[in-house]
Amino acid sequence: MLAYLGYLSLVLALGATFYAALMAGVSIWEARGPRAARRAAGIDPATLESARRAAFLALPLLTLAALSLIAMLVTEQYQVAYVADVTSSSMPIYLRVTALWGGQAGSLLFWAWLMSAFTGTVMLRKWEADRELMPVVIVVTMITLGFFIGLTVFFENPFVLLWQTRAGEVVQAMFQPAGTLALVPADGRGLNPLLRHPGMIIHPPMLYLGFVGFVIPYAFAMAALFYRRVDTQWIKTTRRWTLTGWLFLSLGLILGGRWAYDVLGWGGYWGWDPVENASLIPWLTATAFLHSVMIQEKRGMLKKWNMVLIILTYALVIFGTFLTRSGVLSSVHAFAQSAIGPAFFTFIGVTFVASMVLLFREWDHLSSETQFEGLLSRESAFLLNNLLFVAITASVFWGTVFPMISEIFTGQKITVGPPFYNQVTGPQFAALVLLMGVAPLLAWRKSSAQQLGRQILIPFVASLVLVAVLFAFGITNPGALFGFWISAFVAGTTLLEFYRGTAARMRTTGENALVALSTLMARNRRRYGGYTIHLGVILITIGVVGTTFYQEETQGRLRLGEQLTLGRYVMVYTGLDEFEVDDGRIVARASVEVYRDGQMLGELYPRRDYYIESQQPMTIPGVRSAVEDDFYVLLVEWESVGADAATFKIYVNPLVNWIWAGGLVFIVGTLVAAWPESEPRRRVVLANAPARA
Amino acid sequence: MTQTAAVARPVVATRSPVKLKFVLGGLLIVGAIIFLIASTLANTAQYFYSVDEIKARGGSLAGSNLRASGAVIGETITYDPETLTITFEMAHIPVDDAKLNEAGGLALVLHNAVIDPSAQRLTVVVHNQPLPDLLKNEAQAIVTGTMGEDGKFYAEELLLKCPTRYDEAVPAQAEGGQ
Repeated sequence: MLAYLGYLSLVLALGATFYAALMAGVSIWEARGPRAARRAAGIDPATLESARRAAFLALPLLTLAALSLIAMLVTEQYQVAYVADVTSSSMPIYLRVTALWGGQAGSLLFWAWLMSAFTGTVMLRKWEADRELMPVVIVVTMITLGFFIGLTVFFENPFVLLWQTRAGEVVQAMFQPAGTLALVPADGRGLNPLLRHPGMIIHPPMLYLGFVGFVIPYAFAMAALFYRRVDTQWIKTTRRWTLTGWLFLSLGLILGGRWAYDVLGWGGYWGWDPVENASLIPWLTATAFLHSVMIQEKRGMLKKWNMVLIILTYALVIFGTFLTRSGVLSSVHAFAQSAIGPAFFTFIGVTFVASMVLLFREWDHLSSETQFEGLLSRESAFLLNNLLFVAITASVFWGTVFPMISEIFTGQKITVGPPFYNQVTGPQFAALVLLMGVAPLLAWRKSSAQQLGRQILIPFVASLVLVAVLFAFGITNPGALFGFWISAFVAGTTLLEFYRGTAARMRTTGENALVALSTLMARNRRRYGGYTIHLGVILITIGVVGTTFYQEETQGRLRLGEQLTLGRYVMVYTGLDEFEVDDGRIVARASVEVYRDGQMLGELYPRRDYYIESQQPMTIPGVRSAVEDDFYVLLVEWESVGADAATFKIYVNPLVNWIWAGGLVFIVGTLVAAWPESEPRRRVVLANAPARA
Repeated sequence: MTQTAAVARPVVATRSPVKLKFVLGGLLIVGAIIFLIASTLANTAQYFYSVDEIKARGGSLAGSNLRASGAVIGETITYDPETLTITFEMAHIPVDDAKLNEAGGLALVLHNAVIDPSAQRLTVVVHNQPLPDLLKNEAQAIVTGTMGEDGKFYAEELLLKCPTRYDEAVPAQAEGGQ
């Protein structure tokens, strides 16, 4: 039976990770001794090869386990407790597949599976260049992977079956307990309606991929520390892994915001919920890391700092997973209280302490090769960038854990809400965006104020003119004006960088503008990919400023034909339908006509879906999107009989679409930066590089 | 540090002031950010109380910004669609996770609180909000707002948790509004 096949694969996968870590450990042990002796003795290829194969084996085994679970979800095998919990017969196939990550046990298996895809790829690639590092890489990745597989085997088994005693009591067990009969419920409880949304189908896998992606650079960093090979090789080897992890984490954050906007029905996209914070925090340290490795590569500085950042990112990834799953915080995303909390806490503590011990052992070897020279230089701008990223991380982290900490030390739970985060991180983000505009203009080592002044003069004046125009058009909020000014200024300096590079190429090669720009970007992918990401961030900033300072809302009860006005918009209530859909919903759908400045824009259908089996209603907004704003209407209440009156809540969210557009630009920029270089000389090297997962 | 710089070779002497500037600048920024966090925390922190604690403190809490949690009593939920005003009563449950677990888990605690006629109850008023999908009998309500002079809790934010349905899995909670 599939449940046993799945469980057996899980147990074997756990064994494989254990064996791989053990054999890798043996090969480390065999090759111990002073550096020279170790180099002479070498690592026994057979031992290491055995570890490598076992480590790879986790991938097919976990694939088998995950596929078994998916097969049972799709074929409605309700004797499996997990299947009965998260699916029901009325759910379409694609939702049953995605139910793999709809519950605690399944999503832990999914996490482990995705991670094994990353570790499996590392094992497959040619690793001659990093052979010396591999034993430790295997130990670190296999311990992490083994931990997550262990959670599913011992605490949250997705394959556990339902049994019933003669007394009628329901028991969950893998193997039939004496005196019980198999219990096969006629139908399952169904996936939480909130998760039945396209955004929810890809948001969790993206976040998980982002999370697991950072395990690889962390493992290489630990190996570099262990073998005292603290040059920049580990950073070069893992650069693409880091970017891949970062790409997926960014995608996960953006899609999560979009899901909240479409489904949660409160007109917003980010609520500083603890679990949102838990995914933002590692993204912040990872972003700091991506920037500061550039200084190490160029100038041989900040080696200790980069180690600290990658250790922090890894620890925060695990911590974020812990927050989501242990039920220690109340959140939209919280899974119920679970026994895995202490296991997580121990794991985080042990890995963090071990990493720190390795780091301090190597502390003296991680000195900078060069020194800071000028206060106004690219290096110091990067340093400030890192300081701000870490400060924002600390601010968000502090706000997130403050309820726990205050309860431990004062016995009184004290919480903080969105106002805290907005007030604390707002100025820091503003400083960061401003820095983003200036930093790329600064020279390495030393810049002069005059030089910088010349470069920023045009964007500076232009952005001030724009602010004056905005002011003339009635935008008077100082915060909004400041936000728009920063955005315009930074957009100006960034675009000017593209312009300068393109113009220079056109002068020297005689290419036309388009060819010059694309060749410029193709030849300097990291640099111009980075600038493209910066442009995406500016678009997002504009959207955030617009929605933060100018969101409007109103509500009202309307009879048929009556209207509600908000700003330039008028909404007319024209009808209401109630009908049952065969996937187990009763839908109440209102029709409204939306006018702006007297011009009809179209009809919207805000609705309320009532899921019969879970007895849970779900409010789906009607949204009319445009470049300048979204008109967002919720059906709040209606009279079932007669249906001649209904209550609506409407929002106008200015510039909200700039956030999604910015997200797209951001992702494109990341792809440009991560894409393999095209020069033939490098292609040879990269043919051996890991495939992008 | 400054002494060694003074006696050292000129190369080092020119370097040290730069380093000092970096350290000073960094400390200044770190200090400013710590000040920002601390002062904002003092202004925006919300004390988390149980219904019993609020009742025991009586009028002394009036006007202060706080958070409270309790079990929603289904039959007391009223909704005025004209003004979008929600009112309901919630019964006392312990705030402490450990106590919740001792008493048999959230679902049981909520159930017992609702059927216990002697449990203290607090009236909650929420203005300008759609009726949340999860507001129903035996849901856990976490409200943020202020205590009124009239002994009612005026909530700006209403979070709900229904452990009975999805006790094993999935986000068992949705926001009632921001």
